[in-house]
Amino acid sequence: MDLSRLEQVSEFEWRIPMRGPMRVPGVLYADPALLLDMDDKVYEQVVNVATLPGIQKASFAMPDAHWGYGFPIGGVAAFDPDEGGVISAGGVGFDISCGVRTLHTGLTATQLRGRLKNLAEELYRTVPAGVGSTGKVRMTHADMDAMLAGGASWAVGRGFGTPDDLARTEENGHMLGAEPKAVSERAKERQREEMGTLGSGNHYLELQEVAEVFDPAIARAYGLAEGDLVVSIHCGSRGLGHQIGTDYLREMVMKAAGYGITLPDRELACAPIRSATGVAYLGAMRAGINCALANRQIITHLVRQAFRHVVPEAALPLLYDVSHNTCKEERHRVDGVEKRLFVHRKGATRAYGPGHPAIPEALRQAGQPVLIGGTMGTASYVLAGTAAGMETAFGSACHGAGRRMSRHEATRRWKGREVVDELARRGIIIRSPSLRGVAEEAPGAYKNVSAVAEAAAQAGLARKVARLKPLACIKG
Amino acid sequence: MQPDAQETGPPPGAARPPGWWEHFPHQADMGVRGHGATLAAAFEQAALAMTAVIADPARVRQNIKVSVTCAAPDPELLLAEWLNALVFEMATRRALFSTFRVTIDQDAAGVRLKATARGEAVDPVRHQPAVEVKGATYTALRVARQGGGWIAQCVVDV
Repeated sequence: MDLSRLEQVSEFEWRIPMRGPMRVPGVLYADPALLLDMDDKVYEQVVNVATLPGIQKASFAMPDAHWGYGFPIGGVAAFDPDEGGVISAGGVGFDISCGVRTLHTGLTATQLRGRLKNLAEELYRTVPAGVGSTGKVRMTHADMDAMLAGGASWAVGRGFGTPDDLARTEENGHMLGAEPKAVSERAKERQREEMGTLGSGNHYLELQEVAEVFDPAIARAYGLAEGDLVVSIHCGSRGLGHQIGTDYLREMVMKAAGYGITLPDRELACAPIRSATGVAYLGAMRAGINCALANRQIITHLVRQAFRHVVPEAALPLLYDVSHNTCKEERHRVDGVEKRLFVHRKGATRAYGPGHPAIPEALRQAGQPVLIGGTMGTASYVLAGTAAGMETAFGSACHGAGRRMSRHEATRRWKGREVVDELARRGIIIRSPSLRGVAEEAPGAYKNVSAVAEAAAQAGLARKVARLKPLACIKG
Repeated sequence: MQPDAQETGPPPGAARPPGWWEHFPHQADMGVRGHGATLAAAFEQAALAMTAVIADPARVRQNIKVSVTCAAPDPELLLAEWLNALVFEMATRRALFSTFRVTIDQDAAGVRLKATARGEAVDPVRHQPAVEVKGATYTALRVARQGGGWIAQCVVDV
């Protein structure tokens, strides 16, 4: 990205001034190196989002932002329904409520020594991963609707996990306002055999060691200490979410003109929040969130089963579960006035500051855990939401490392076998059904996750709590 | 908007077959582009390009045949409909397709597509499928006459 097109506000905050049809400015949080590495398309997309009706404060891009469709990935935008605000399927993404959950194990990485490979194999056998894989849970029509209405609560009711898990999941594991009837039969059909599957692409299941603690007080509140072994799961709403995205992107494109919305590009398809399409999408998207929460809950159960076989002494309570492709109705202050807004976070994580009532009581004073998925060869991060972040980007932070090169370029540079062997030399075990998939996800295809986490911290979006080092990764 | 192409069809300088496909880069996802003498041929090649996002089409045998129909107000939206119909068939049948036969009719009401796709169930070992396609987007969506033929392209979300 050309920095001369930006106004520098501080070392980690840059502004795109309002021009033309922009209703608000653009704001990018990143250091110069991250910005220079960002595609110019991110600039275009931040500007395009700033033109949409009812947008509040600014069109934001997080430090891991990259070129998406419609909205940038790493984009945050909030809309006021009282000012004609819109909701956008492209502003949420196809993988609705894709997210990360991290589990404690009660063990240190050292205590696992000698059993790591067996555990990785057992996890690979137990958790379905990759293109064409199917889950072990068969869903009737009634099951499907109950799951879409109930989310992780439904899964726990079916024996996949415990009520304690729900308390450590955003929305207590149950997104209210879901409308299973707003979800098409095609979407439900796509999901029929996909409950409890990891998916493919950048989705993973990883054994990690807490390699560094930056904020001992918050780490203590989160139950993290250096040397701890944790498990992180990154996946979303599977075929159901993808089909909801497809269905409503189409409907929004077809109906935009009828709603009086002029789209600079079809990829910005959206509908007024207070319209039949907007209301239907909201209900379907919330059902998609429940699907993702239920999916991660079932995978959690499978992870616990695998551990029981190899590491029976481990207990696996949930640290937290965050989603990073959502639109949520939230209260925020804009110019001193509290408003009810619909906050799109596409490839961005909610990061509520200390004291927020949505945070589980045990974690509330520390701020919301923000789980940042990195790469299988570098690191992941645990951050914490801040009070300052609530005042800037609606309590939001980055979601991952963010890609820096296309999949095509990655396969040109790396071979899957070489990546697996190189990581093995560094003590990291990779298990995946696809070597090409591993090459496309090579650590070098991503930005420097440490720089992303640092930029989020320096911009005041979140505090750095801990760095997690990968030990074994099951790639979809 | 037409990002620079990365060739995955015939090598540079080689004679172009009547229809061919390529991928074009997108930072997170993948651009698929079909070239054909006719609109229908370009749609066939775009579908092949989408299969190639997932796996090498040459490794996909043709044991099953699926019929697809869809319609849209214009050819660009029809391309998205066509690719999304295939994404649905791939997802629910856990299959990949490597041969497509498309016919397209156009009248004042819009455009309609009828097609058959041939392929087989996913074999993880033989196909080494890298990634699922979640859906076709309207990003870089373009269907147009070009150089005496047609191109049909968009970015697919993976």
